[in-house]
Amino acid sequence: MAVQHEKRVFGYPSSLTDAPFHYCPGCTHGIAHRLVAEAIDDLRLKEHTVGVASVGCSVFTYNYFNCDMQQASHGRAPAVATGIKRVSPETIVFTYQGDGDLASIGTAEIIHAAARGENITVIFINNTNFGMTGGQMAPTTLPGQKTTTTPLGRDVKKAGYPLRVCELLSALDGPAYLARVSLHSPKEVLRAKKAIRKAFETQVAGAGFSLVEVLSTCPTNWGLPPKKALEYLRDEVAKYYPLGEFRDGPREVEACSTR
Amino acid sequence: MERKLMKGNEAVGEAAIAAGCRYFFGYPITPQNELPEYMARRLPEVGGTYLQAESEVSAINMVYGAAGAGARVMTSSSSPGISLKQEGLSYLAGAELPCVVVNMMRGGPGLGGIQPAQSDYFQATKGGGHGDYHLLVLAPAYVQELVDLVQEAFDLADKYRNPVMILGDGVLGQMMEPVAITKYIDPRDLPKKEWATTGASGRRPNLINSLYIDPVELAAHNRKLAAKYQRMCREEQRFQEYCLEDAETILVAYGVMARICRSVVDMARHSGLKWGLFRPISLYPFPGDALYDRAKEAGVRRVVTAELSCGQLIEDVRLALDGLVPTELLAYPGGLVPSPAEVFRQAKSERGALNGCSA
Repeated sequence: MAVQHEKRVFGYPSSLTDAPFHYCPGCTHGIAHRLVAEAIDDLRLKEHTVGVASVGCSVFTYNYFNCDMQQASHGRAPAVATGIKRVSPETIVFTYQGDGDLASIGTAEIIHAAARGENITVIFINNTNFGMTGGQMAPTTLPGQKTTTTPLGRDVKKAGYPLRVCELLSALDGPAYLARVSLHSPKEVLRAKKAIRKAFETQVAGAGFSLVEVLSTCPTNWGLPPKKALEYLRDEVAKYYPLGEFRDGPREVEACSTR
Repeated sequence: MERKLMKGNEAVGEAAIAAGCRYFFGYPITPQNELPEYMARRLPEVGGTYLQAESEVSAINMVYGAAGAGARVMTSSSSPGISLKQEGLSYLAGAELPCVVVNMMRGGPGLGGIQPAQSDYFQATKGGGHGDYHLLVLAPAYVQELVDLVQEAFDLADKYRNPVMILGDGVLGQMMEPVAITKYIDPRDLPKKEWATTGASGRRPNLINSLYIDPVELAAHNRKLAAKYQRMCREEQRFQEYCLEDAETILVAYGVMARICRSVVDMARHSGLKWGLFRPISLYPFPGDALYDRAKEAGVRRVVTAELSCGQLIEDVRLALDGLVPTELLAYPGGLVPSPAEVFRQAKSERGALNGCSA
């Protein structure tokens, strides 16, 4: 009798542990984790990678990524990643940060890591609120969007306007790769996968700072069932935050004379 | 032995390099700028990295990353900047990461001033950031001692997996004295740190973390840290004594104030007064056992604490003495470094001392 050899066509990425996610039902963190793990697997980087976990819903990422990890304080992950990368330039260093972490308390760290062209990769999850603490307003909260600290909807006259991180960073010479993706449909998930892989490839090539902003759902704090949350992500969030690549390749800047 | 005239701040830099430190994350603030400037010039010569961070907050977090990656690493600042590093220091202590932090103190609170002070004593020795932790704090009084203690600080940081602070003051950072650095360590010869995040090649992943969400685990972690601090208290109390054998008045002072008090003791002895000096070198752990032993000698009538702050060091002195003998405070805040004659005059007039609010 002929032995049938089965070919594995799909499985669990080896860069993820088998710990069950603590994320809420319908949250897209799980997809984003998987995409990062697949990129690390595909590029065979697992044994050379050091991840930096942030503060927020993704605080426990160190339980899920099956590589060396450091836990950073709120907003400081790019500085911690800088320290790691400067000591071990041969390791692949990434941060995984939410929008409360990166776009609020961590603006100085992300802007200066990007401006230095620090050769690290930043995965930036934008779900338009502080998820872990119960759904408060983030800098990324949409105008009019209800959160627990903007109960009548974000009034831009009082609470100001949202921050568009990719656009902000694209004003700098330092970044080598900047992209914004969304996880609202299988097609967009595949685009996100490509962008995340490209970000890691940028670092492997030593080209400099790479960041992928991943627009994500927060069904619990948005008060929407998972499917409706995906529709809100597509119709409202991705409208305010246009998708696409904002930088593709490092910039050459000539130094001025030394006086 | 070759001796070289060096400014305190620059001597710290060379001592760190001699101890195998190749990474320095800095940010400008007076009066410690010569140190980051020295490192920016010198580290590339020995294959190291100097990086100017965007803030003290970032600098200490770069230290966290570098320490977690297994390197000997340093940052420095002065009082207001050290306040900004407190969050990072709490995380470093929580994650048990070794590093050396230099504070060349200036006056406070707030922006305070830029003249020498010792008013960060509480912040340095009692934790400073949030949570149950201590830094190991060393307070040199001479540039050579500064060099020796910086080198030793890296060993102690690795021994205890804990941040070590060198607590100096503007005078120590700015003064020049001859120093000798006899031993240079090649960082490649240092023992490998098995816990460091260097990429999990052929082993299970390592984690650098201070989060223990389960209270049972956090309590166990806190007790483990407490046991470490107790071990420091047993093994690392350092001090120097001067003319204490028959002393009736014991002066207690550290850093530059101790140098002044040494002259005060000479003046007192010259005029027939039996005075001596007890100089703590480790501030955490405070060398309280030795101070108590000296103060319980029959002839000791009082212990006078002299500090460039308004009654901080004296609290540890009183805790150590536990009511054994009367204590007095000579407080010189704000950057007004007193002359030996001034201290002698004030210390002589009993109860004429400038008592702080706690006295």
